[in-house]
Amino acid sequence: MIDLKGVNKTYYGGAALHVLKGIDLHIAQGEMVSIMGASGSGKSTLLNILGILDTYDTGEYYLNNLLIRNLSETKAAELRNKMIGFIFQSFNLINFKNAVENVALPLYYQGISRRKRNNIALEYLDRMGLKDWAHHLPSELSGGQKQRVAIARALIAKPQIILADEPTGALDSKTSEEVIQILREVNKEGMTMIIVTHEHSVANATDKIIRLKDGVIESIEVQEGCLI
Amino acid sequence: MFDLDRFQEIWVTITRNKVRSFLTGFGVFWGIFMLVIMMGAGTGLQRGMMKGIKGFSTNSCFMGAAPTGEAYKGFKKGRNWSMRNRDLEILQRSIPELDVLSPVLWGGRFPNNVVYGDNSGTYSVRGLHANYQFIENPFLTQGRFINEIDIVQRRKVCVIGTKVYEDLFPTRGNPIGRQLRVNGIYFQIIGVAEGVQGMQLGARTSESVSIPFTTMQQINNQGDVIHMIAATAKPGHSVKAMEERMKEILKANNDISPTDTQAIWSFNMEEQFNMFSYLFLGIIILIWIVGSGTLIAGIVGVSNIMLVTVKERTKEIGVRRALGAKPKTIITQIMSESLVLTSIAGLLGLSFGVLCLHLADVYWLQKAENVFLSDPMVSFGTAIGSTIILLGSGLLAGLLPAARALKIKAIDAIREE
Repeated sequence: MIDLKGVNKTYYGGAALHVLKGIDLHIAQGEMVSIMGASGSGKSTLLNILGILDTYDTGEYYLNNLLIRNLSETKAAELRNKMIGFIFQSFNLINFKNAVENVALPLYYQGISRRKRNNIALEYLDRMGLKDWAHHLPSELSGGQKQRVAIARALIAKPQIILADEPTGALDSKTSEEVIQILREVNKEGMTMIIVTHEHSVANATDKIIRLKDGVIESIEVQEGCLI
Repeated sequence: MFDLDRFQEIWVTITRNKVRSFLTGFGVFWGIFMLVIMMGAGTGLQRGMMKGIKGFSTNSCFMGAAPTGEAYKGFKKGRNWSMRNRDLEILQRSIPELDVLSPVLWGGRFPNNVVYGDNSGTYSVRGLHANYQFIENPFLTQGRFINEIDIVQRRKVCVIGTKVYEDLFPTRGNPIGRQLRVNGIYFQIIGVAEGVQGMQLGARTSESVSIPFTTMQQINNQGDVIHMIAATAKPGHSVKAMEERMKEILKANNDISPTDTQAIWSFNMEEQFNMFSYLFLGIIILIWIVGSGTLIAGIVGVSNIMLVTVKERTKEIGVRRALGAKPKTIITQIMSESLVLTSIAGLLGLSFGVLCLHLADVYWLQKAENVFLSDPMVSFGTAIGSTIILLGSGLLAGLLPAARALKIKAIDAIREE
């Protein structure tokens, strides 16, 4: 599903900063992987490259056998829309749109009619147990509810992979557990999932823990019989 | 194509910060409003002035004798001379493009020189030819104008101005056939004339008494002296050229040097009208400069606020891009916002401006007297033009903010640090 071969990335803001120093990584279909590392280890940069939010300098990145390189902004946007679902630490819901509209947003960019996409969005909210909150604004939802709305939004376009950036970072431990459980369930249905986190409890719930240090992969730890 | 979803997005953004949107829109509103008001006032001024001189031949010229400026044929410089009846005949005969010709004579104007019964007033007295009605339309309210027979028979008849009639006939009785004493001599009133209000040669027709010029010559006892000649050119001929030709003939006929520039004073309406035209052109240009300046200030305001909005929405735009919004979508979104805001504000300004002009016209100008404005309004073309300018400037205002929004990278927007 995901193949990285010798990916390098340097930032040229002031002093050149070599963030990723040759990353080789393979993630198979249906895997649930966590990426850990101290701040500055390059895990966010890696996630941005995986999410086609950022470019890399050298190497190769295949997403579903498609080489991701030198894409125009329009093409990148299209790929993000169809292949990748994002979950963010601070939820990043649009605060003047209600839950349904937020969930339906990726379908809006696909040009799907309002009635159709809102119906689909409602289905996904139902799966997250938020049907009764469908017409509430994000400000009227709790943190856990907001993240569940965000998960529904990430899933609605039926992407190939889900990229989650500290999905539990802004949640208490109990809701964190709930969110992880949901992610696990989604993964069980066959969705490939990559989670960037620094919480061991989250990492322990994944099949594989990839540890980054100073721009290189330090270790890949496969967790046998990981179950929650 | 009308996309309800997109419009909703735009509407939500505009109404999210109502006060700010209102103040921003007000700049554009005020710009267009001022432009419309000024355009209307300019047009009104033009129409008012034109209405005032309507009825006055634009192809007419006027001339009279003045002391000579050069010694010639044994006459010394500074000689006083006069135009006479024979000059009229010669002019008529030798200038084919000359249409009508009328001599004008001025009579005495003494305190209370015009008397009817117990009422009297001070008015100018003019001696005219019947043809004068083709130079200045008398706009008769009653009776008739001086005719050829009046001239030939030197009848003691007069046409009085509307002001004269109002002053001397306070009961508004029929004046036709009544005897009016003018400078001590009785004249029969044959007509009441309003004349052209915005123009005057010596005195307004409405405030003077006009009699046949032959009668006037006899009363003045100065032979066939003429004080002024008024003439019009035939259609298609330049009155300015004809004026020069007339002066040449008058000089040749009265022993005046052909190079004498002082002996005959003259002016023509063509030049006066041209002057008016340039004046109005100047006013219109000034209005456009000031008006569009105000509008530009409004547009800059819109652009400025949109930049702030984009800055504020960095995160939202970033999220949208992460979710698959194409650059085109973002540009369209920002541009549409700017366009909708300017259009709504601008069209309101346009409508309100037109409304104000209309109200001013109905409740003030049509009732007021001595106002130099008439029918202040903007033409349909101007309205269409302003609308196009509005739409164009709306897009222009959105350009910079849209470019700024495009520069937002999804990663920068989403990351918390």
